[in-house]
Amino acid sequence: MRHLHERLLEIADDELVLGWRNSEWTGIAPFLEEDVAFSSIAQNEIGHARALYQLVARELGTTADELALDRQPGEYRCAPLVELRLVDDWAKTIARHWLYEAADWIRLAALRRGGDEDLAGLAAKIDREEAYHRMHADMWFARLRDEARFQEAVDELWPSALGVVDPELRAELAALVGRPEVPAVERDAHTDALRELWDEMTMVRRSEPAGAQW
Amino acid sequence: MVYEVFRQERKGQPYAHAGAIAAPDQAFAEAYAREQYGRRGESVGLWVVPRQAILEVHDFVDELERNYHRVDGYSLRDKLKEARERARTAAARDR
Repeated sequence: MRHLHERLLEIADDELVLGWRNSEWTGIAPFLEEDVAFSSIAQNEIGHARALYQLVARELGTTADELALDRQPGEYRCAPLVELRLVDDWAKTIARHWLYEAADWIRLAALRRGGDEDLAGLAAKIDREEAYHRMHADMWFARLRDEARFQEAVDELWPSALGVVDPELRAELAALVGRPEVPAVERDAHTDALRELWDEMTMVRRSEPAGAQW
Repeated sequence: MVYEVFRQERKGQPYAHAGAIAAPDQAFAEAYAREQYGRRGESVGLWVVPRQAILEVHDFVDELERNYHRVDGYSLRDKLKEARERARTAAARDR
């Protein structure tokens, strides 16, 4: 059994990296209203990452910034699903968004049942924002579900989506999205896409000596 | 489809026009209205209305100059001046 802070770091890294990936659509989403909505969702994900990093940082005697930006790419615990750079494939982006929100819902519900009071409280807060992300994902799903491009994207991403949740939650996720349980792409290996993302994400931070005040 | 959005800033206040959004259906309209007019705590309620549902009325004919229907047809300033004048005269007479 992993430490609680290891599980939280997985979630925080997922949220940070997915928030980062989704923010790559800012300014180039299919239409203006969606641009605003998707950017806002991306910002929420990064906000959730921040709250989780703060919780873990207290435990480990460090800071949220150090956890988010001072680790080496290999030390991140995010799942391969969130690492993929999907600009400019909107169908695949929505497929990932829909699958991730489903996985995240199940994972947050498990945390709320987990018995840790601080954590259950934070999970409930995060879930209240995620409810709007799910609403957004579901309305896009309803619109694209019959499109071949979208179905192919869901098929392709599904094993990675399963890897977002712990093995004991996978049957529940499969039932929720109505797909068979298949071998999951686990979070033990990173894609090459993470290295590139990390280079850009930490560029400004690395340009200043450690401990610089902003 | 275009939806007009009205927002209420505080409970009890009237809804005022906030702007318009383009959305393919009502579910998208709700999501986009929330994001654009509700996420910063600037609203406690929204009305999201398809533009076609709005009955627009523009022409207000007043061929016969019925200015007694309008506030500017009744000069309060002059009436007030006259009334004060009368009151002053009456007061001087009673003294």
